[in-house]
Amino acid sequence: MKPAPFAYAAPRSVEEVVALLAEHGDQAKLLAGGQSLVPMLNFRLARPEVLIDLNRVPGLDGIRLDGGLLRIGAMTRQSTLERHAEVLARCPLLPAALHFIGHPPIRHRGTVGGSLAHADPAAELPAVLACLGGEVVAQSRRGERVIPAAELFVGLMTTALQPDEVMTEVRMRLPAPGAGWAVLEVARRHGDFALVGVVALLELGGEGAIREARLALFSVGPTPVRARAAEEALAGRRPTAEEFQRAAALVEEALDPDSDLHASAEYRREVGGVLARRALTQALARIPGREAR
Amino acid sequence: MSQRPERMHRVRLRVNGQAREGVVEARKSLADFLREDLDLTGTHLGCEHGVCGACTVWLDGAPVRSCLLLAVQADGAEVMTVEGLAPAGGLHPLQEAFWEHHGLQCGFCTPGILLSAYAFLREHPAPTEGEIREMLAGHLCRCTGYEHIVEAIRAAAEAGAGAVPPGSA
Repeated sequence: MKPAPFAYAAPRSVEEVVALLAEHGDQAKLLAGGQSLVPMLNFRLARPEVLIDLNRVPGLDGIRLDGGLLRIGAMTRQSTLERHAEVLARCPLLPAALHFIGHPPIRHRGTVGGSLAHADPAAELPAVLACLGGEVVAQSRRGERVIPAAELFVGLMTTALQPDEVMTEVRMRLPAPGAGWAVLEVARRHGDFALVGVVALLELGGEGAIREARLALFSVGPTPVRARAAEEALAGRRPTAEEFQRAAALVEEALDPDSDLHASAEYRREVGGVLARRALTQALARIPGREAR
Repeated sequence: MSQRPERMHRVRLRVNGQAREGVVEARKSLADFLREDLDLTGTHLGCEHGVCGACTVWLDGAPVRSCLLLAVQADGAEVMTVEGLAPAGGLHPLQEAFWEHHGLQCGFCTPGILLSAYAFLREHPAPTEGEIREMLAGHLCRCTGYEHIVEAIRAAAEAGAGAVPPGSA
């Protein structure tokens, strides 16, 4: 339960970070908030030769609203984002999702970029990124590149980030003003990993029909799952309980989760459908003017 | 700290208001540094992967898991442990409430709960039972069944314990 020996460096600039990554490559691990990596070190599931600590690199944190884009420094603490007044006002689903991550002492250290790079299938932030759409910025000695949300998550705890790259920024698209939203999950206790979770966005058009519905589920596969068939079926329809029920059935049909110690595949599929229906109902109730129905 | 990766590091920090230092292996957790190098054994280590909450301390004014932080990362930081909560020879009002309401049996989980609860009470001076229980979800206690811990924290809130600075009665 103690890490194997490693060498540690605390670089003071992104240039130093990418130089260390270029030198040590896949022998090195980047340390962000450490709330997932350090347990893996303690269990010796990860045994890097070199640990490169990002916590002393200035300029990697910060939150900016830039037109329709929310720009978050990769090292921004989850607790900082959770309490950010403008984010609460413009994108309340993000603080709601963050609230599900562990407990306050975890979120005081845990970072936005770290959670996305770790890409745990039961984690909330990858599903938020998949739902909102957006991109992350990665830097290496080869230069800077932008990875869209849809290309970031490639498999179980695997992202498109290369061993010589460091994530510097996360960009999420802000929902349209007046869009409804919901973040729901089922876990054994608050702060435990989700057995099934869903992030939903619902936007109505002028006639009260659904302009766009987005559903991202997590803990139902190796990566976050966008329920495309349900989203397409909802577009243009009226937001009724029957339509939501139909969408829930499509979600259930589309899911192909694994069984594990915590929940069977059958349970996850069924709960995925139920949570999708509840999330759509809750999202609708959050649209101004729809509260009372 | 240089940017060359090294296995040994000098750490200088403040713990409970006092300047402390040591030389540590990079892999040493802050929890082990506090216990083994600084002889502050009030910080307990349970699971060593961030789940049980026993090792919770304050780092620069906020509660963190000291098993998930390397000692070298705390270089230059201000740390508070349970030893810093109590005044010399006495108890902080939060600790008084735990004593009064039987908020502990074996006491293993207590230091971590006290440090989380203290931060919690500063932000929630009049918490609901639901809020108290959600905060406690981050701490495992295998003795009490939590009922008396909830009561102790509620009583501490009523006594205004969150507003009493560390080290005062």
